[in-house]
Parts: sequence; structure tokens; C-alpha cells
Amino acid sequence: MLLLKILFRNAFRNRLRSALTILGVAVAILAFGLLRTVIDAWYSGVEAASASRLVTRNAISIIFPLPLAYSEKIRQIDGVKRVSHGNWFGGIYIDEKHFFANFCVEAKGYLEIYPEFVLAPAEKKAFLADRKGFIAGRKLAARYGWRIGDTVTLRGTIFPGNWDFVLRGTYRGRDETIDETQFLFHWAYLNETLKRTAPRRADQVGFYMIAVTRPEVAAEVALAVDKTFKNSLAETLTETEKAFNQGFIAMSGAIVTAIQMVSFVVIFIIMAVLANTMAMTTRERIGDYAIMKTLGFGSGGIATVIFGESLVISLTGCLAGMAATFPAAKGFSQGLATYFPIFLVSAETLWLDLLASLVIAVVAALIPTRQAIRIGIADGLRRIG
Amino acid sequence: MTEPGAPIVEIRNVSKSYRRENLVVPVLHAISFDIAAGEFLALMGPSGSGKTTLLNLLAGIDKADSGVIRVGGVDITTLTETELARWRANHVGFIFQFYNLIPVLRAVENVELPLHLTSLSRRQRREHAETALGMVGLGHRLDHYPREMSGGEQQRVAIARAIVTDPTILVADEPTGDLDRVSAEEILGLMEQLNSAMGKTVVMVTHDPRAAQRAKVIRHLDKGYMGDAATQDPV
Ligand SMILES: Nc1ncnc2c1ncn2[C@@H]1O[C@H](COP(=O)(O)OP(=O)(O)OP(=O)(O)O)[C@@H](O)[C@H]1O
Ligand SMILES: [Mg+2]
Repeated sequence: MLLLKILFRNAFRNRLRSALTILGVAVAILAFGLLRTVIDAWYSGVEAASASRLVTRNAISIIFPLPLAYSEKIRQIDGVKRVSHGNWFGGIYIDEKHFFANFCVEAKGYLEIYPEFVLAPAEKKAFLADRKGFIAGRKLAARYGWRIGDTVTLRGTIFPGNWDFVLRGTYRGRDETIDETQFLFHWAYLNETLKRTAPRRADQVGFYMIAVTRPEVAAEVALAVDKTFKNSLAETLTETEKAFNQGFIAMSGAIVTAIQMVSFVVIFIIMAVLANTMAMTTRERIGDYAIMKTLGFGSGGIATVIFGESLVISLTGCLAGMAATFPAAKGFSQGLATYFPIFLVSAETLWLDLLASLVIAVVAALIPTRQAIRIGIADGLRRIG
Repeated sequence: MTEPGAPIVEIRNVSKSYRRENLVVPVLHAISFDIAAGEFLALMGPSGSGKTTLLNLLAGIDKADSGVIRVGGVDITTLTETELARWRANHVGFIFQFYNLIPVLRAVENVELPLHLTSLSRRQRREHAETALGMVGLGHRLDHYPREMSGGEQQRVAIARAIVTDPTILVADEPTGDLDRVSAEEILGLMEQLNSAMGKTVVMVTHDPRAAQRAKVIRHLDKGYMGDAATQDPV
């Protein structure tokens, strides 16, 4: 159709202006995509959480422990398939800048409850057999060049002292949404040491992880667990893993909200930029539109040409921005692996990119279209020459 | 088709004024006259006398305040915006001082543009456009963009665009106003030919007495009042 030719060629009539606007849209979409990906990364733990797993913690606060004795009682509750327990260790490797998640777990149960951590059978065996052994995510081991058999020392913060561990295996994530930067060692090792050095802190666990028989019974089991320990010394709060992880994120909720807002502000700004471009181009082409109207084209034809031009510019920028998001996200994830173990551009982000660019295009074309349609032909023609 | 000599355009008591802020500027005062089918009319008059305004009214791109404008039997003052657009597409061919081609379209595409509002097939549109460009002597410049052509050539493309839909009347507002002598003569020759050989009714606004000489009838407009027609023999 000739109208398509007009709008495509119009879009690139003023090369510099179009190029700058497209660049602007591309950068905005890139920024938008990266910010959305940061938010996704934040929530990745929540997303990866399973619906058939529960986490039990102290009802007062996550920083208070629970007695180890609860383990047996939980195991007897209907619908519970497996129980494991662990503690957040919070050890520091070299210095604070080298952050990674490290905690101790009752390893045998833990690895069964979390099949997404994939470990070679021989390494698993070696890990379970070595009291001082630990396993690390593939990415973490690669970051520090740890080899099987290496000794790694963490400086305890919650549990003071220097703690030596021997690498017995590296796990892979079952898919790319699994964090491969964790450091896991035996809860028993911590507990035995505490028995010697701080007996009052021994036989305490930070949290229980529970696998239920079927996802449908999860809520029921959670209630049953908390009921069991009602009125005991340490009351419990049992949540699905998802809710538990969300609780962690809630602390940083304000930041997430801020990032979310910034991502929309970016879109809003580029909307204004494109609207300005469209206002300028439409003013220049008002004579063209007057001619088209003279020849008998109606509002639909004029709107097609203006909206089309706006869409061509916006979508071109959007595609460029989307294409740039992948290498940028890769660079980002390498640079920030410490903070965002999972940094993947999701399909949803790409759809949002597209949606944003459509909205930008439509909004930017709205007022110019109205003007072009409203102006009388005779007035439009008088502007030529 | 109306028989030659019968009026194809009848203008009765047409008045038009513009509003500028609170000021009402009368431009045309109760104008009445006829244009015969097959006529070649030159509309002359000083700048600001209302020539363009009158032409716009009878071509259906502006609205009169009062009066009747009948073209080919249709009172176009009663048509809605949409009806008027369709009427223009079918009945009027436009030629302007500044050619007013779409700069991003090639010559042949510019000529095809009005055909997009017809039911012609893509092939037929292309054929019609090529024929029209051939008639104005530009059969060899189909794929040129307006900026690649001289003023005279652009105006010939505009003429091709004006005649490609086979309109009832051709209206031309200072068609030679922006051209040198030689190109102007070419354009006038073309218009004369369209009038004499193809029987098109032509209404041409012009400042230029030499251009007006090509017309069969000359009318003068002065401060919004229409003078008597002067019929002249072809040169
Ligand atoms: N949109 C408008 N608003 C206000 N006044 C207008 C408008 N258009 C035209 N006029 C006025 O109407 C009068 C007639 O204008 P018009 O363009 O018809 O004259 P013209 O005879 O074609 O002049 P020229 O030979 O310079 O083209 C002029 O005084 C002009 O200033
Ligand atoms: Mg004029």
C-alpha cells in the first residue's frame, strides 16, 4: 500500500532526527529491560521456590533459633515427607566484598528435598562422608578457582572463629533459574564445634525445611506444624518456601518499588521525546496531509500515516534496545554475580518492552494526529511554499 | 456528460469571510457566475482579492458562509465532510503553485495516490498513472523523486496526478507562479491541450496576463467582487 510507503519513508526522512530518536528509544528500552531484569533477579529465589516445600522458623523472628528436638515431632505430622534443618552461617571469605550465601544444613535430607541442586554421585558420597566437607555452586567454585580437595576458610560472624572446610563437590543447577553461587556445609560440624566452644548455642537450628507429600496439603501441614508447637518455649511460623523467600525480599521492598518506578519514568521520558519528534515531523508534513485530504483521503488515512510513522520509529528503537539487552545483561550478570546470582532476561520483560514501545508510539502520535486531522485543508495548503 | 456550453459550475450569492480574533474580514461578497462545460477560465485580480478563496470554495476544500455552489448538478455546500472528500476524489483535479507533490513518493507513486481511493487494481493503477505521466511527457521519469526533478517537471507530475482520475473540472492556483518563462509556457500549453483536446473544464487563477491569454474566458476579482467575463479568441 502506498500509505505504508509514505509512512516508512517519512520515518527516515530526517535521518539525523530519526536516528537520534531511535537511539533514545533503544537506550530507554535497554534501561527498562535491565531494570526489570534486576527486579526479576531479586525475585528469582521466590520464583524458583517450590510449592511442595515449607520452611519453619521461630515465630518471633528469623534471628531466633528453634530446638533440634522439633525435628522428630515434625517428621510425625501427617503429610510430611522429609525434614531437614539448617542455619544461616553468614561467614566471610577474605573480606566483606566477597559476598556469597553460605549456610549449614543436615545434608542428606537437604539434598533430597532440593533435587534442583545436581551433584555427581561420587561427589555427593564424598561430601556426605566428610564432616568438614562442603559443596559449592559451579559458578562460585569457578569464581575463586576452587578445586575438589581445596581447603577454604570462612571467618564466622554469627559463630566466631575461623572455620576450615574442604571442597568435596560442585553442584549444578537443574536449570538456569537455580542459584549456582551457594556454599553449603554440614550442620553437624557447626553443632559439634558449638558443643565444645559454646554449649548453650548447640542443638539449635535456624530453620526447618519440610517436603510435603503433595502440594495440596502444604497449607494444612503448615498449620499442623505451628499448632504442634503452640504454647511451647519457641513457637514456630511455617510458610511455603515462596512466602518465606518473599519475607526476605520484603525487607528490600522499598528499593524494588523505587527501581520499578524508575523503569516507568524512563519510559515516560522517552514518550515525551518521541511525542516531541512526532509533533515536529507532523508540523513539517502538514502540507502533505493537506494534499492527501485534498485528494479525498479521510481521517483514517492521515491517522494511519502518522501512527505508522510513530510505530516504525518506536519499534525500530525497541528492537535495537531488546537486542542490546542480552549482551548488557550478560555483562551485568558477570559484574554483579555476587549480588544477583540469577540474572536472566525473561520473556515477560521482552513482552513488556514491546508493550511499552507500542504505548509510547500511540501516545506520541495522539496529539499530532488530532492536529493534522482538525486543520482545515485550505489552512494546511496555505502553509506550503 | 453535460453538453458544451451548459454551465457545469453555478455559483450563486456566495459570500465568505474570515474571522481573525474578534475581527471579521469579508473576503467574497455575494458572488454569482457560471462556468460553462469545457470552458478554460482565467481568474485574475490583485493579491488578496480572494481568488484562492473562491477557487477553494468551488473545489470543495473550504466552506462558504452562504450561497450555493452547484458543480455538475450537485450542490456541494450541502455535503458533509466525508461526502465532500469523496466528491473531490471523483470530480476535481488540483494543480497548485508549489506543485504539492508528496516528497517521499516517486513520480509514478504520486500520480497513483488518488487512485488508491478507487476500486482499481494495483495493475490498473500503475497503468493509469503511467499513461497520465506519458501524456505530460514524463514517461521516462516514472521513478524519480520530486527533488530530482525541475519545477516544470514537478508541475507536469502534478498535472498528471490531477487528470489521472478523469475529473469533471481542473482547478489550478497560479500553476506557473513558481516557474521560469519556458517551463511556464510548457505548462500552459499542456493545460490548453487538456482543455481543447480532452474537453476538460479548467479554472485557473493567475496574476500573469500572458498566462491568462491562453484562457478562453477571463474574469477579474477585485476586493471580493466579481467583474464581468471577457471572452477572448485563442491566440
Ligand atoms: N485563514 C485565513 N484567515 C484569515 N484571513 C485569511 C485566511 N485566508 C485568507 N485570508 C485573507 O483573505 C483574503 C483573500 O485571500 P486569498 O488567498 O483568497 O487571496 P488571493 O487573491 O488568492 O491572493 P494572492 O494573489 O496573494 O494569492 C486576504 O486578505 C487574506 O489575508
Ligand atoms: Mg492566492
